Amino acid sequence: MTSSFPEEVLEHVLSFLTSQTDRNAVSLVCKTWYETDRWCRNRIFVGNCYAVNPRILIRRFPDVKSIELKGKPHFADFNLVPEGWGGYVYPWVVELARAYPSLEEIRLKRMVVTDESLEMVAKSFNNFKVLVLSSCEGFSTDGLAAIAANCRNLRVLDLRECEVEDLSGHWLSHFPDSFTSLESLNMACLVSEVSFSALERLVARSPNLKTLKLNRTVPLEKLSTLLKRAPQLVDFGTGAYSAEFRPDVYSSLAGVFSACKNLKSLSGFWDVTPAYLPVINNVCSQLTSLNLSYATTQSPDLTKIVSQCCNLQRLVVLDYIEDTGLNTVSLSCKDLRELVVFPSDPFIGDVDVQLTEHGLVAVSEGCSKLHSILYFCRQMSNSALIQISKNCPNLTCFRLCIIEPRAPDYQTLEPLDTGFGSIVQNCQHLTRLSMSGLLTDRVFEYIGTYAKNLDMLSIAFAGDSDLGLHYVLSGCDRLRKLEIRDCPFGDKALLANASKLERMRSLWMSSCLVSFGACKLLGRKMPGLNVEVIDERENVNSIPEYAPVEKVYIYRTVSGQRFDAPDFVRIMGKDKDAVYNLS
Amino acid sequence: MPPPLLGIDGDDHGHVSLMTSASTMESIFPKNAGLTERNYLGLSDSSSVDSSAVSGISDVKRSNLNLKATELRLGLPGSQSPERDPDADLVSAESLDEKPLFPLLPSKDGICSGSQKTFVSGNKRGFSDVNNKVSSCAQTTMINDAASKVVSQDQTHATFGNNNKVNTSNPPAAKAQVVGWPPVRSFRKNILATNAKTNDEVDGKPGPTALFVKVSMDGAPYLRKVDLRSYTTYQQLSSALEKMFSCFTLGQCGSQGSQSLSESKLRDLLHGSEYVLTYEDKDGDWMLVGDVPWDLFIGSCKRLKIMKGSDAIGLAPRAMEKSKNRN
Repeated sequence: MTSSFPEEVLEHVLSFLTSQTDRNAVSLVCKTWYETDRWCRNRIFVGNCYAVNPRILIRRFPDVKSIELKGKPHFADFNLVPEGWGGYVYPWVVELARAYPSLEEIRLKRMVVTDESLEMVAKSFNNFKVLVLSSCEGFSTDGLAAIAANCRNLRVLDLRECEVEDLSGHWLSHFPDSFTSLESLNMACLVSEVSFSALERLVARSPNLKTLKLNRTVPLEKLSTLLKRAPQLVDFGTGAYSAEFRPDVYSSLAGVFSACKNLKSLSGFWDVTPAYLPVINNVCSQLTSLNLSYATTQSPDLTKIVSQCCNLQRLVVLDYIEDTGLNTVSLSCKDLRELVVFPSDPFIGDVDVQLTEHGLVAVSEGCSKLHSILYFCRQMSNSALIQISKNCPNLTCFRLCIIEPRAPDYQTLEPLDTGFGSIVQNCQHLTRLSMSGLLTDRVFEYIGTYAKNLDMLSIAFAGDSDLGLHYVLSGCDRLRKLEIRDCPFGDKALLANASKLERMRSLWMSSCLVSFGACKLLGRKMPGLNVEVIDERENVNSIPEYAPVEKVYIYRTVSGQRFDAPDFVRIMGKDKDAVYNLS
Repeated sequence: MPPPLLGIDGDDHGHVSLMTSASTMESIFPKNAGLTERNYLGLSDSSSVDSSAVSGISDVKRSNLNLKATELRLGLPGSQSPERDPDADLVSAESLDEKPLFPLLPSKDGICSGSQKTFVSGNKRGFSDVNNKVSSCAQTTMINDAASKVVSQDQTHATFGNNNKVNTSNPPAAKAQVVGWPPVRSFRKNILATNAKTNDEVDGKPGPTALFVKVSMDGAPYLRKVDLRSYTTYQQLSSALEKMFSCFTLGQCGSQGSQSLSESKLRDLLHGSEYVLTYEDKDGDWMLVGDVPWDLFIGSCKRLKIMKGSDAIGLAPRAMEKSKNRN
């Protein structure tokens, strides 16, 4: 069969397959297809940097132009993963520099990136174009300066919610005057002030600039100067959006916004002075994405804005919008696909803000295209959840956080099992689910039964027994990422479903009832898994085997155990001297 | 040569107990539409699909799962576990012909009964990182007291898991803060807190938010973070840091991770000329910790550093001067 089918044709056909899942499937068909895929696959995605290692990657894929790596588990975003756990990109950069001098794109998520790594990136790849760092840490503005100074062909520098040691804003001035290829710059997470004139000149000489997200220090009065230089912007993030009201500033700003005919996305809006919000009125109807999650202004102001955004597809906002604002959204934003409502005061028990389940139900009723929800609120009911599930059968992502752990249905005081059960039953395309509130093992039975497309599940303060975990692990065929905290799940369900763990990317369990002994057993019996016990207690060596560990992180790997773990992380059950590396 | 199944009379007997268990199982896990009954040891019934590591399954394995123990109960988390039948629990995997699976853990009552409370949940960082943003001063004091009590108890464990269990049964008067809950990114908390803080600072009192600062130590491979608002005195902060960084200091003493080195020796190391605690203030200057009143300190501290005493020589006089200038 293979002899009559020229490889060039196969390669050409495969070049139309861009999704990683498709490529992975293709490579399993037969040896020829495997070989063809590996020679021509140049975009690589590694969902867990410890599942594989650079040497394996390089051996398999000789020509890589773009790589995406993810490091720490998701719960690291909420301080559940201690500092020093791992996720270092430097060893990768060293090998990539040697093997792929024509690498163009690096995308990293939740990794530790040092200035050294950035300097190596800057010096090693002379056609480097795209650097996206999401939720990364470990580097300073010196590293950014190295990138700015050396990457002559840089197109994208995107720092999404990174923790940067901000020594000064001087890094921006390192972009040489000859540098004109910038298309996207996101510096919103930086704290220091950059030289405004350097910024202005950079914008002025970047005719392809489409995305510009400023940091908080760029004052409102200077925005019109910048926007005048870049009317072609598609995605703009303001700096601090506050100033004393002055009519000349206002009209100037309104004017430049009106001139941005391609503007589709707005964000920023720190410290909003409401009087300046209406400058964006003229562009509201163009917007498909609006992020007001730093706009600490009251519902009427927010409502006025969203009521004009008739083409909005994505809205991120604080709970200041309240139910009334969301009702307006349901009436005005008929194209809405994604809604995110963050809490303004997550740690206060009672707040004045009138945001309840009613807002979410309203949006679900009015916005038939809604497929992704992240909602923080303080009360929820089964009937509301059932309604939402019926209104939005096409939900792919449903994340609900009721602020008080184990909060029951506030009307009936029952668990929210039936509500979430209804979600998984009616929303057959659901791939991501995060639950909260009072939940028993029953909800997991529903999930195991109905959530056949579920890819990622987050559970907290839920369940009664191992049965809950067992339902999920045995029922959710497509589950790849499971993260659990503070649930009474223990050894039984984990060990009984051990083989499932090899078909998942990772499992995180913290403050549960998984014992040391079980972790050791699992680690010993499953060579394809790394079972990492993360335990910072002082007397951890004298804790008996049957006692629960603080945290365990289990992931499949072909790379064997890792050797960069700190002392509070133990890879269980592996002989320290055994090397599982397939080299 | 594999020993007989279940160690009882022989195949017949084993078979009988199999059937009983199977039917019991069906009553406990009623078949819902779409719920395929799966073997509890994670093996697919169909031979084609699934992991090759476990080939043929046997119903025997099903029976060996202690069904009573996994009975659906609506108890609150942490309530007493069902009684375990120790015999039924043991899967003598060695007794089976197929590739052995791991046996379920031999039942030790310790897993679910009283002693769990000693070890369960929380983590050492839980208390040192507790967010103290509560609405009243009384609550702040209470949580600070709780925090200081635990900090002084060697930070061996937190009982947040238990606190939350208590909270479910009695609606909480004070809001117990849990690490990482609600799941909001810290920069998002900080930014809103900065809004509140800038307002509060005008009034002269610090906002009731968590104040995480990085702590580095010369020679340590990674940083730690502490929440300054979870302490009320320098002594508390100092003890917490001693414990956090004890592993590095011990390493440098030459003893291989020996946990038995006494705390007093460690304290000597830190309080002696070997290491000093310094901090970087708002102006970017490095000062010795301890010279200014606690409140002033947390108001101006940006980050901490444990330096060798020899490196910190020049700091003391400036610190004194600065505080004089402030006052």
